[in-house]
Formats: sequence, C-alpha cells, structure tokens
Amino acid sequence: MLELTARQLRDRIVRRDICSVEAVEAVFAQIDKSEPTVGAYLTLDRTGAMEAARRVDEKIAAGNSVGALAGVPMAIKDNLCRQGAATTCGSKILANFHSPYDAHVVERLHAADAVILGKTNLDEFAMGSSTENSGLKRTVNPWDPTRVPGGSSGGSAAAVAARMCYAALGSDTGGSIRQPASFCGVVGLKPTYGRVSRYGLVAYGSSLDQIGPLTRDVADSALILQVIAGHDLRDSTSVSEEIAPIPDYSAHLDDPLKGLRIAFVPHLNEGADPQVLAAFQNAVELYRSLGANIVEVRMPHLDYAIACYYVIATAEASSNLSRYDGVHYGHRSKKADEFAQVYNLSRAEGFGAEVKRRIMLGTYALSSGYYDAYYLKALKVRNLIRQDFSRVFEQADCILMPVAPSTAFGLGEKTADPLQMYLADIYTIAVNLAGIPGISVPCGFDDHGLPIGLQILSGPFTEDKLLRVARMFEKTANLPQRVPAVLG
Amino acid sequence: MNDLEYQVVVGLEIHVHLATRTKMFCSCELAYGQAPNSRVCPVCLGMPGVLPIMNRQAVEFAILTAMALNCRVSPYTKWDRKSYYYPDLPKNYQISQYDLPIGQDGFIEIPIEQGRTKRIRIRRAHLEEDAGKNTHTFGDFSAIDLNRAGSPLLEIVTEPDLSSPAEVRALAQELQRIVRYLGVSEADMQKGHMRFEPNINLHVTRNGQVFKTPITEVKNLNSFRSIERSVAYEIERQLDEFIETGKTLQMGNKKTFGWDDESQCTVLQREKEEAHDYRYFPEPDLVPVEVSTEWMESIRSRLCELPLMREKRYIQQYRMSEYDAGVLTADRATAELFESAVQAGGEAKRVCNLLTQSGLKMSNDRGCTMAELGISPDKLARLAKMADNGQISATSAVLIFETMTQSTDEPEQIAAERNLIQKSDAGEIEVLVDQVIADHPQAVADWREGGKKSAKSRGFLMGQVIQKSKGQANPKMVSEILDRKK
Repeated sequence: MLELTARQLRDRIVRRDICSVEAVEAVFAQIDKSEPTVGAYLTLDRTGAMEAARRVDEKIAAGNSVGALAGVPMAIKDNLCRQGAATTCGSKILANFHSPYDAHVVERLHAADAVILGKTNLDEFAMGSSTENSGLKRTVNPWDPTRVPGGSSGGSAAAVAARMCYAALGSDTGGSIRQPASFCGVVGLKPTYGRVSRYGLVAYGSSLDQIGPLTRDVADSALILQVIAGHDLRDSTSVSEEIAPIPDYSAHLDDPLKGLRIAFVPHLNEGADPQVLAAFQNAVELYRSLGANIVEVRMPHLDYAIACYYVIATAEASSNLSRYDGVHYGHRSKKADEFAQVYNLSRAEGFGAEVKRRIMLGTYALSSGYYDAYYLKALKVRNLIRQDFSRVFEQADCILMPVAPSTAFGLGEKTADPLQMYLADIYTIAVNLAGIPGISVPCGFDDHGLPIGLQILSGPFTEDKLLRVARMFEKTANLPQRVPAVLG
Repeated sequence: MNDLEYQVVVGLEIHVHLATRTKMFCSCELAYGQAPNSRVCPVCLGMPGVLPIMNRQAVEFAILTAMALNCRVSPYTKWDRKSYYYPDLPKNYQISQYDLPIGQDGFIEIPIEQGRTKRIRIRRAHLEEDAGKNTHTFGDFSAIDLNRAGSPLLEIVTEPDLSSPAEVRALAQELQRIVRYLGVSEADMQKGHMRFEPNINLHVTRNGQVFKTPITEVKNLNSFRSIERSVAYEIERQLDEFIETGKTLQMGNKKTFGWDDESQCTVLQREKEEAHDYRYFPEPDLVPVEVSTEWMESIRSRLCELPLMREKRYIQQYRMSEYDAGVLTADRATAELFESAVQAGGEAKRVCNLLTQSGLKMSNDRGCTMAELGISPDKLARLAKMADNGQISATSAVLIFETMTQSTDEPEQIAAERNLIQKSDAGEIEVLVDQVIADHPQAVADWREGGKKSAKSRGFLMGQVIQKSKGQANPKMVSEILDRKK
C-alpha cells in the first residue's frame, strides 16, 4: 500500500478498496520504523490524522462526495500555519508558538479531504540548502543517512522519499522545494509566483516565496497543484484567475507535446559534477529522441543571480523577521530586565547563526547610504534576469538545467563555509528571481546510488505545459526502480 | 538685546485618523473605547504568515483629502516598509508610503485676521497604518493595546509657511473643518483623531545678518490649545537660547520635545543614541496602487465646496455677518440644511436667525450639530415663511423650532395646536381696536395730542388690543389699523 501514489491511493479509497484509516495506520507504522533514523517530522498529529481519516471513510461510506485528496495522508512543512498546531519554522524563537489560524493551503487541503499527519523539519525560517540549519532537529537523507536531505524543505522531501507520507507541501524561495526533491529522488514543483496564495506561509523572502508540492510522481504534483492553486483575497500578490486561468493540470498530462522546443544553457553547466552532467545530457538526448527541438541559449545575467538573490532575499528577510522580538509571542529571554534587552536577548537566544547572518546582510543592504548600491542595484539585476528568461521563452517552451551541481552532500560537509552552500543554489535561484515555475524530476543515480534531479522551467503560469514536459520524461526515461536505503 | 527682530518659521505634520469602516490592511472594525485587544486579528497582530490587504476606502479618503488640499494626486502609488522597533508596532515595521505619496505639492487656505486668508503649501499627504498604544500604569510591567494598531492614518506635511502660533492653530482648525466636510474623518480631538507635530525655528536678524535657530519638533499634540501654546513657548525658549548661546541650525542638531500640559512647557525628549535609519524599502506583500481615470473622477465627484469658500460666499450672497457665516459653515450638514431650507423657499435671513439663535443654543446643549437636531430643510423653510408673513410671531417661531426638535409634527400643526397663529382678519382686529379706543379715552386723547405722552400711549393701546386678542392679533396689522384711527 505504501508504494501507491497519492492519486492511486485516493482512487482506491474512493472505490472503498482501502479505507483511509488503514492508509494512515500503514504510514504511521512506516514512520515508527524510519522516523528515528530520518527525523523528517517536527510534530506528528496521530490523533488528529486518525480522526480525519475516519471522517473521510464515513463520508464515503455515507455516499457523500469527497475531495480530490480524500483520505490521502500528507505532511506539511513547518513554516505553514495550521490552526492550533505548533508552527515553529524550525526555530527556537517559535519553538512554543501555536498558530491561531490556518494557512490558505491548509484550508485547501482540508477542503480536499486530505489527512494531515504532521509538520516537517526545515532549515530555520527556510534559510538553507541542507536542513542542517534547523534549530530543533536533524533530518538525514533516506538514501544515505550520512548525507543531507537538501533544504530547506528537507523534512518534506525525506518524508515523501521514505514513504512516511504520500505527498507533502514545501516552500521554495531559492530552490527549497526542487533541490531537496532532487536530493531525495522525488518530484518537487515550484509554481509561478502568485499561483498559490502565501497567506499563512511564514515569510522569508516575500517576493520570492512560493508554496508547492513534493510528490512521488508528476501526476501527484498536478493533482496537488490543482488543489492549492488559485486566487486568494488575503494575498494581494496572488494572481486573479481572470488574468491567469487555472487549467485542468491532469487532463492532458499524459499527452506528449508536439513540436516541443527545449533550451539549455551550456555555460551554466561548467561547475557541475560530471555524473550530474552526464545524467543531464541523457535527459536532453531523451527529449531529442522524443522529437523535441533542442536549442542552446545564453543567459548572460544568470551569473549574477546568486549575488542578486542574497541581497533581495536577505533584505526582505531582515524586515520579515523583525516581528520575532519576544514582546508579543515566541521566545522571550528570561535574562532581560529592561525593554531593549527583551529584543536583543530574545533574538540573540532565539535565532540560529544562519538566520542572524542573513538578517545582518539584509539590514546592511537596506541601510541608508547602501540602499542604492545593494538593494536598488539588485532589483535592476533581477529585472535583467527576468528579461533573460522571457527572451528564451520567446524561442523555447522550456529550459532544462540540473537542479544542483552535485548529489546530496555529507552532513556537516558545507556548514563551515556558508558561501560554498550559497553557491550550490546556482541553478535554482534565478527561477525565484524571475517568478517562473520550475520542477525537479528524478533523472538518474550517481555511483553512490544517490538520486539526481532534472530541472525543467517554463514561462509564467504555464504549469500545465511544465507538468506535461516533465511527465514525458518520467514516462519514457525508464529509470531503475530503486528504494531509499532506510526502506532496507 | 531683547528687541531682536525675528521671524517665526513653522511647518506642521498632521496625522488624521480616517473614518473607514475597517482597518488599513485587515478587516477588523475600527473602534474607539473598546476593551483592550478586542478589535484585533492575526493580521494586525503581526502573527507569523499573515499578509496585508489594502483598504480601498482608505485610499479613496486619502485621495479625496489630497484633492481638497489641491495636491497633485499620483495615479500610481506604492507602499513601503518603515522599520523601527517599538512594542506598540507588532511587526516592527510600519507600512507607509515613502517616495510615491498619494498627494504632493498642494496648498490650504487658512483664515487669518480681518477676514483675510493665507495660503500654506502642502508638501505631501500619504497613507500609513497606526501603531497600538502602550500603557505604563501597571507598576513593573507595561501593557499594550493593539485595537488602534493598523488603523488608517493620513499624514499631511506642510511646508514651513506658518509664521505665528495663531496661524498654526488656524491651520489645524481649518484642516479639521475640511476633513469633516469631506466626511473622511470624525476629527474628534478628544479621541486622538488628529495629532500634530510642529517643526519650529526662528530666523533672527542681528546686525543685518540672519541667524537660523536649531529646529525643534514638538511631538504628539492633540488639542488646538496645546499646539498654539507649544509653538508660542518654543518661540520664547528658542529666542532665549539664541541670546544665551548663539546656537544656530546645523545638520543633526534638530531636537525633539514633548508638551507638558500641566506645567505648560515643552520638555526635551530623551535622544536616541543611534541615528534613526528607517531602512525604507518597497512593501513586497502589496501590489502598487494604480488609480484609473474613472476611479479618480468618481472620487473627484465627491469633492464639495470647502468651508472657507462657503463662508465667504454666504457673507457675499446672503449679506451675512462673518460670525453667522462661520456658525452655519462649521459643519457640512448644517450648511447643507441652511441652503436646502433657503432653496425650499425660506428667506435666508430668517433661516439664518432661526439656526444661529435657537439652533446653535440647542445643538450646544445637546452636544450635536444643528443638522442633527432633526429638523428637515422643508419644515425649516415653512417655519421661516410663517414667521415672515406674519402668521406667527418671532417668539412663536422659536417655540415652534424647539418643539420640532422633539416631535415629528409639522410647524403649522404645532402653531395651531398651541394657538400661536396670529389673527390677521382686519375686520376682527378693527372691532378690538374700536373697543379699546372706547374703553380708554384718556390714553386716546394723549396719543392724538401728539405731545410727550403720545408714543407711550400708543404703545399702551397696542398692548391692550393684543391682550384682548389673547396675544394672537398680528402686531403689524394692529399697528396699521390703530394708526388709521388717529
């Protein structure tokens, strides 16, 4: 039963072949087995999940109609608010914070009759690429417990890979869905900025953050995107369906695209691991064999994407995180004996090193006298990067790229050198700056048996096309059937 | 030394609370005097994960006010975050407008002495959210009420064109009248709907050379008296300081003062050690506001004649005294009541008198505006007409006016029920006159003789006739008929 995809499980639950309660029990059995090693979850809600599953089963038994994710056990990243539940963002500063409201996507999951199992680990406030920056827990890669699961949605990716849920939600500010998906051998989709409401997603970089699914296959990504996409009055940056209609993402998923034009950016591949590159080349060849027209393009401004990102994201973060001050909620220092100390000590004790580093970077970039040279300049570069992409999308449907320069690296391998960690975001970051959708699909394994991901990008609000192109690969690539080490 | 020549230079920063239904960026209702923290939601509490949504009505109110202040209204504005840490600011940044305010480069006319006006330039008008309120009356801890947090504020900044405490007060009062006219704010000073922060300095001339004193800003003034007095106090203080120290305006020597209402003086506020850097940057959670031509025009159509213009017009058109014009234009509804009554046929002078005499007194007693006394323009016009054509006496008109504020009865009905209709039947009055002449031969003789006693006797005879009619005879007619019999 654990090998089913979310869609398959849902269909069987609706047909009453399986009941949701059984599926939830099976997943919790798997969690009991693997979670002690993997550490994907920050909180588990066994009682709530069982109750929700029972309700779905009763609905179905009563002949009532049920939602698109009826009875499917899912996990959500712990920067998504769920009413009454701990919402820690992997930070000590919110370790005891319980959200008073549901995020938009959580409402949508409830409305679709999904069963929420618990909340997954992440780099503190989604800042990181390995989940090692979590202030609360260590998560390892289910394929090799000595390695990182990627990040920041490392908990979600690891939980999906280790069959500890059927699908999960993550958030992606600079690659935080796609990179862990790639490291853990699952599918990760970052939708177009504005496609999914951010209401209830704890902000890191507001102009970059986007919520998306991590799933076993492309069809499940289509299924979940359908549930969470759409305009929300509470997020003014979510785009109206009149401007960008929402197609049926599953309807034509299996129909290959004819006359497909695919672009790739050769000079970007220079720093990548040879095995990653080889898998990438195979993918390009596979598309060629499927009749796609392959074009080489140059995107000159992508070289500045990392610098640009670490100005904009940190600037926004420095402001977004200023509310965690120990005054109204969250951690308050016990040592503070006057009001400025409540701020200083609470923040000093509550935030981890990477979060502090980014707050300082961002504060600096916004400071008077530096604003023009850093923030304003970064906005201009961002515009140029956007233009690079729109130029390519005039001549191609999609762009192919690796997801990361390497497969999952060892725990602790890069923590000493933050810059090294930042540079590993080279393939994913520009996508957030441009606001376009991107997907990571498994495309092979390296010599250590670690999964490699293929990244596909397309123009704004063309997730339907993106998913179809990803599905073409998934259907024909014939990857070896392997399971993560923790599944033994 | 003390007779130095100097010029007072004041610019004013005003925060006006807009009377929208809900807060600036969430759907909490605006409320005053409610239980602390009872009008809050995750958004205005700055909970993790929340996002602001723009209040369209607040934008419209701000644009309307900017238009009334003759500003250039930007069809494209945006939001910016202003960062500072303070417990009453839950997000530790305020959503405000930095480089693209809603209105720029306008002016306001303020009344100065002898019916003249002065034009004060407006630098900018922008929207922002208010903070909550800290209370420090609990001993070893402070309490924060966030009911006010997120309320829409319009910040209006003038150029330093004001040159006396009286002018500063006049601007504050005129602005209050304008925002009330526009219906964008209750502008209730007691409720803190308007807060003022004057920036003050002096240009002192000594030995033919001009010296500028350091600028001081007085924070958070919320009464007209305190604005006027604090400016007056600062003028004296700065002059004394200049004479004593000779200090002049330099970069970074601006000081911030508070106003101590008890001792009636300004108090230097504790200087922050670090320089303020608000780290403004565009609010990424809100999209810029594009005001279409249609939207702009629909807002413009809600503009009305401003109080000062209206006041001037009344003086000219209706030959009113400055005082009466001021009373009638104090609020828009009263001015509209007056004009509608005139339009419905009431004679202007009579309507004006009814309002400025009985109306004003009653509205003061009841703490409401004259328009809120409950008299419709139509009834007011009919009442004025009745008084005008002698159906009722002036005294009766006042009585009927007062009665109308308490009942829905028509003025004619009230007059009839209370026997206030004057007798205007010439024959009937003549019978009474003849009787009085017959009854009082001595008085009649004195009257006809035309001597010293004539006027007095005539008055006596008039009084007798009115008395015989039980007060209902039309005095004008009695007078005419009596005179015919001289």
